[in-house]
Amino acid sequence: MAIDSHTNNTGTALNKSVVTFDAPLNLACGVVLSEYELVFETYGALNSERTNSILICHALSGDHHAAGLDANGKIGWWDHYIGPGKAIDTNHFFVVCPNNIGSCFGSTGPSTTNLETGKPWGVDFPSLEVSDWVASQKQLMEHLEIDCWSAVIGGSLGGMQAMHWAVAHPQKLKHAVVIAASLKLSAQNIAFNEIARRAIESDINFKQGNFLDYQTSPTQGLALARMIGHMTYLSNDALGQKFGRLVRSGDLDGAEKELVEFEVSSYLNYQGDKFATRFDANSYILITKMLDYFDLAQDHQNNAVDAFKQAQCKFLVVAFSSDWRFSPSCSEEITDALVSADKDVSYLRIESNQGHDAFLLPNEHYEKGLGQYLQRVAQTLIGAQS
Amino acid sequence: MIDTNRIIGDWIEPQSRILDLGCGDGSLLQDLTVRHNIHGYGLEIDPASINQCIANGINVIQHDLNTGLANFADSSFDTVLMTQTLQVLRYPHLVLDEMLRIGQQCIVTFPNFGHWRTRGFLAVKGRMPVTKQLAYQWYDTPNIHFFTYKDFEALCAERGISIVNRTFIGGRASDLGLDKIWPNLFAHTAVYHLAK
Repeated sequence: MAIDSHTNNTGTALNKSVVTFDAPLNLACGVVLSEYELVFETYGALNSERTNSILICHALSGDHHAAGLDANGKIGWWDHYIGPGKAIDTNHFFVVCPNNIGSCFGSTGPSTTNLETGKPWGVDFPSLEVSDWVASQKQLMEHLEIDCWSAVIGGSLGGMQAMHWAVAHPQKLKHAVVIAASLKLSAQNIAFNEIARRAIESDINFKQGNFLDYQTSPTQGLALARMIGHMTYLSNDALGQKFGRLVRSGDLDGAEKELVEFEVSSYLNYQGDKFATRFDANSYILITKMLDYFDLAQDHQNNAVDAFKQAQCKFLVVAFSSDWRFSPSCSEEITDALVSADKDVSYLRIESNQGHDAFLLPNEHYEKGLGQYLQRVAQTLIGAQS
Repeated sequence: MIDTNRIIGDWIEPQSRILDLGCGDGSLLQDLTVRHNIHGYGLEIDPASINQCIANGINVIQHDLNTGLANFADSSFDTVLMTQTLQVLRYPHLVLDEMLRIGQQCIVTFPNFGHWRTRGFLAVKGRMPVTKQLAYQWYDTPNIHFFTYKDFEALCAERGISIVNRTFIGGRASDLGLDKIWPNLFAHTAVYHLAK
């Protein structure tokens, strides 16, 4: 296991590690991964009882770098919420965030080498489900000699993992924090994912997913997929406030209107292009399908209440008012099922105009609610010690 | 308020499932949890109160009571509580019906507008009452319905709601027993135990 450790000016010290698992991982699709690697970061210190750990589950395009500054000076995707004195307080908790398999930031996935062929997996990487991510996270948990997470926390696809943990491994977590998630995707959500996949597959450089063999990448298709996704993660209000009809170049009053570039167009193109250089097209297809397949109640006769009856942990459910990809009604469905299953649950419907992305962004009510919930978790840890 | 907690505690079953509508900072649920080991959930709309509940370890669900309670199944709670909230709701009578649908029994408390102080305020000063229990000006009050316990009982009769029990709280008037003799004059708070 390689460890790369450093502190940084966001105040959050991070340890980056890579672990290789040679115990086979039986995937939901029937394929067995005989060996795989997970890259993960940790923040804070594990207590001597090994009871203060929190698992962070990333979403579609996330990675292991959740907090602090990495070796390249890049800030973590959830740095606002993870660190000393922050909502997920590393003074109290040992926080673990892996990059999940099938993704493309160092853990085994379509862009890493298939040991059997000596070539990148590419399109042959097996199909994954949320349960596979949870199974690999459980192996990581065992590797770290943690018997029970204090909390499993995730937004969007991360929230789906937190729910799956609660139902599939009830003894292995005390709290599940499910943010901007859903019991299963709606038709509209699946449709947006399908448009994104079609955009990638339509790129001439996609080569039926074998683009790595041709030393190319479907960057145009991937950029387009991201642009579509990105727009659905924001709200009309937030875009209006940020860009309105501001013009970056050209003149709307002039003769040559075709030269006009709106600020929002420039922003969106930039976001798409930036994403296309850092993300793997096969990973994008694979993970959007994971989202589509997820259905918490599937193995419980489509009854979410029955599914949640398996859980032993307490829940915090959070939604954002302007999120239309995973709207508050999705989180309310989760909450209602938990109440019907007689589980401890609190639900926050945060006022925000930031859309689905709100779960990543600063917001006072969200920060306080999450912080106070976890502070109470930390207090019970201290209580258990004394 | 402590009086109310004690009365409510007497009317609920230990270890029962309780829903508190407009639970505020969750102190009633916390008290009932500590003293009667109930399993409770509170509904609340105010973010600051919700955070208080979370800090106190109380299950709290952010919910606007004026949007209804259709998400709760019939008879899914042993008791549905509502303290000092009826007067702020858009349609109190519909919420009462919903409470009785969701709960086996209900407990409701509300400020009695027939109290002599409020009557006196209006009669003598000719102004809308501002008292300790109703501490708002007419223009900024969240209390949009004013009613006496007699009004409430008339509503119960009209809607076929049976009153299992009732009690009145009257501050210093209680010491003299006046709130028991003339509740509509001397009770500032009414506490009702209701069933279908």
